[in-house]
Amino acid sequence: MPELLGKDFTPPDIRGKVTGAAKYAEDFRMDGLLYCRLLTSPMPHARVLNIDLSKALGMEGVVDILTADEVPEQPGAATNILTNEPHFVGEPILAVAAVDETIAQNAIEAIKLDFEPLPFCVDPLESLRPGGPNAYLEGNAVVPRQGVQEFKWTAEDFEAAGEGELPMGEPTAEWSYGDLEAGFSEAVFTLDETFVTASNSHHSMEPRTALAYWENGKCHVRGSTQSQSFVVPGLANYIGIEPENVVYVAEYCGGGFGSKGSAYPTMAIPAHMSRKTGRPVLMRISRAEEYFLGSARPGFQGRIKMGFREDGRISAVDLYIVQESGSNGGGGDMGAAASSVSIVYTPLAMRYRGISVLTNTPPRGAQRGPGQNQIAMAVEPLLDKAARQLGIDLVAIRRINAPTNDSRYGANRQPVTSAHLRDALDIGAEQFAWQERRARSGQRDGSKIRAVAVGQAFHSAGSSGYDGLVRITPDGILHIHSGVGNLGTYSYASTSRVAAEVLKYDWDNCEIARGDSSLGLPWNLGQFGSNTSFTMTRTNYAAAMDTLSKLKEIAAMEFGGSAEDYDISGESVFNRSNPSRRMSYARAAQRAIELGGAYSGHTVPDDINPMTARAVAGLVDTGLIGVARDNMGQRGMVPALAVGFIEIELDVETGKVEILDYLGVADCGTVNHPQGLATQIKGGAVMGFGMACTERLIYDNVWGLPGSVGFYQAKPPSYLDVPSEMGWAAVNIADPQNPVGSKGIGEPVMGCSAAALLCAISEALGGHYFNRTPVVIDMIVNAHSGQPQSHTPLQVNTQ
Amino acid sequence: MSDMDPFEPVRTSRPPSPSVGHSDTVVIVPEAQTKWSRRNFIKGVIASGVTVSGAVYFGPALTRVNPLSAQGVERLITLNINGQTRRVDVLPGETLAMTLRYKLGLTGTKLGCDRAECGACTVLIGDVNYYSCTTLTHRVRNREVTTVEGLEGTNGELHPVQQAFIDELSPQCGFCTPGQVMSAVALLRSNPTPTRDEARVAMAGNLCRCGAYDHYLNGVMRAAEETSNA
Repeated sequence: MPELLGKDFTPPDIRGKVTGAAKYAEDFRMDGLLYCRLLTSPMPHARVLNIDLSKALGMEGVVDILTADEVPEQPGAATNILTNEPHFVGEPILAVAAVDETIAQNAIEAIKLDFEPLPFCVDPLESLRPGGPNAYLEGNAVVPRQGVQEFKWTAEDFEAAGEGELPMGEPTAEWSYGDLEAGFSEAVFTLDETFVTASNSHHSMEPRTALAYWENGKCHVRGSTQSQSFVVPGLANYIGIEPENVVYVAEYCGGGFGSKGSAYPTMAIPAHMSRKTGRPVLMRISRAEEYFLGSARPGFQGRIKMGFREDGRISAVDLYIVQESGSNGGGGDMGAAASSVSIVYTPLAMRYRGISVLTNTPPRGAQRGPGQNQIAMAVEPLLDKAARQLGIDLVAIRRINAPTNDSRYGANRQPVTSAHLRDALDIGAEQFAWQERRARSGQRDGSKIRAVAVGQAFHSAGSSGYDGLVRITPDGILHIHSGVGNLGTYSYASTSRVAAEVLKYDWDNCEIARGDSSLGLPWNLGQFGSNTSFTMTRTNYAAAMDTLSKLKEIAAMEFGGSAEDYDISGESVFNRSNPSRRMSYARAAQRAIELGGAYSGHTVPDDINPMTARAVAGLVDTGLIGVARDNMGQRGMVPALAVGFIEIELDVETGKVEILDYLGVADCGTVNHPQGLATQIKGGAVMGFGMACTERLIYDNVWGLPGSVGFYQAKPPSYLDVPSEMGWAAVNIADPQNPVGSKGIGEPVMGCSAAALLCAISEALGGHYFNRTPVVIDMIVNAHSGQPQSHTPLQVNTQ
Repeated sequence: MSDMDPFEPVRTSRPPSPSVGHSDTVVIVPEAQTKWSRRNFIKGVIASGVTVSGAVYFGPALTRVNPLSAQGVERLITLNINGQTRRVDVLPGETLAMTLRYKLGLTGTKLGCDRAECGACTVLIGDVNYYSCTTLTHRVRNREVTTVEGLEGTNGELHPVQQAFIDELSPQCGFCTPGQVMSAVALLRSNPTPTRDEARVAMAGNLCRCGAYDHYLNGVMRAAEETSNA
């Protein structure tokens, strides 16, 4: 039985959060600090013709101005650091540094800029029309391996679609498996539905502030990122230096949700400004700017045809997605969405086609469940529509299509490490009293209708091949060096406990080194993609096993015999046949320093990353060094699967939806940190409720101006929008490809709640399917009263 | 300044909110029921002659001591912060959040929006929770201001709310946490034994994008239980 894993603990960083001692990027101060502000584009697409800085540079307190010519240009449809051809309102053109921020802002007002307005586009479908506007001068679509190209569909493509149906011209991405035609011909019920999912902002509570200064040729940056080591190469590239010359501190991150997973361009501006001025520079990003620079989830205009057999089994799926990718080409959401369909519903045959279209709106990027959560919102209600038609229970139709350990994933029909969606459905149905509650679904009391529903979601949740690094110092302390980052899930800590578990350590004698690259942190994958629980348990296991071998070898050298004769207990290593031959870890650490070589970090394995090797080089002779690459091998994709059960009350007169109860169930392998899992399931549910019913990023079609640049416009949920108590459960079956059975879970717990809520709304309305998110209250009122909606089926930037 | 103390809490009984469904909810409504309002804040900024352009920072250049500004507002003022008397040079239009964070080194108070939407900047003025991003520092002269740094005991013991938030794993990313702590402390000072729904209403001015509302409420209820049993 594990001593530490599976149990709650107090993560070491939490005290600083409740006392205010935790330092986020904006909390650092330095002597001689300059404050930086950005001049951003007022137009959705323009060319800067002339810049007159003379008045601004003459103002008292203004120190310097940084322009696009002075920073590395980013190729293709990338987000630039600074640019003379902005592609969205709010894109930074130049930066001003002054002795305080008021002066910097006043200087920005004094800068004269001449712009040439250029054509722009805020609706992907409009851009695909013959003669439609392009977001870039070069074109409107990012074609894999070819960059930005002009991509237009024909007039016939548009005419071929029925009214309100998504036209389906030539895609830029496509795959299929199985016999699609046979799949549809064996179907007794076929859906063909067009849907729209709106873009929505991440709106992390901490805006993406950064501080930078230079010292002895190295650039020191305090940033706001989910990840630690993973950020460094990208940041170095934006600054234009080698990764080893970046000292990166990100001890705390005030929320990222995908938008701060890797380095982002604006975080390099203080570094460039500091190099130019020779002084430390702090650049705070305002809340409004966060809505421009802070990334957003790509919206979909999509169409899905699904064939169902009589028993509810999905025989064929034909999916087409037009992805709105903003100014930078977005992420891989549409492909991820398609792969998600392939595993959540395991259709017998499937085709996917997609095209990613540039618009003159903020850069898009991964947001919690990128692609998977949009498609969960689109498809899950349609599953209910089919179940209704076929007379099948809503849980039953999900069970019959659910993946198992033998299911295959995506275009390449990859195997999976473990999949227990059916167990999750069964556990949830029992705990939620599904049958009893379903009996009252649809009951009306005055203007309120009760509804009970279920939703599902998926994300791939684990990776391998990264490095682990732990260290026992002569005081006996185990230092677990974690380069993963601190997003706020506490998984940096719960996965570190694996090393303590392997070495049978008292957790009080362990310290986690993290948050500052100068502490010597290994190369780890970023803290995103629900991967930490799987990936980091493996790296910490690998490093701990290396440490264990070295402890036994050192003891064998001291007491004789071979390493295999030794075991560990009580933070000491002893001879099994003669337990009096015992050496404390503290003593072994001292011996490691005396022995040198691999024991104290003088040599390292050939296969570790250069960043890890540099980390070890800085720790040489400080103790016994355990360092190893995760070479355990991995066969297949690691599925994180989640189910949400929901009961709501919908007021048909006001459109208000009250969530009465919610239960989230996770298939995340063995539960490592129960309390942490609970907060992920419930917090993810809250984000899902917002995505389903309130949040959206909207742009004015005429001028390309933003309509959602504050919390009150972009509408993340508050305390009063969600239940004050929610339930959670876990399947808790070990994943066979993880040494402690762990899989990740952070993302699908959002998608399943959004899907469940949308399904419940449709249920309350007697089977009215909106095929659109968010489902805002006036859509509900319109649907119930038989009024037409104020939007057309494929319209974007609505309400 | 008004003769009426703008920070005096006004307690009022309010009809139950339809989404909460509890009667006899005691709600503190400082903004709506006093002369201290968002409108007054804006008027104050305008009267001060300071043009607030987007986010305003007050760095070292503007800490030059100038006891009287053109408008005759004394700039070198005395504040009572966390039980300590602090002398500080404050611009007429300066917000309390900026004074705390950039003049007094109290960075526990966070700026999430700087426009009274999110509550990350919540502090106590007297016993009542306020958004410090929309409170002018000049308005809190002669008032007791408590920030998250002022809650710990002299020996480092945590306030029951802080300890309960740790025990319930309430924070996730932690950026909104100082504000959540301060709103919870204010609630328990006015209503030491709230129901969960009362706590939900009282905390509603503090956004949490991680969605940790459930666990924050667990923390508030645990703190209430532990302080009432003490």
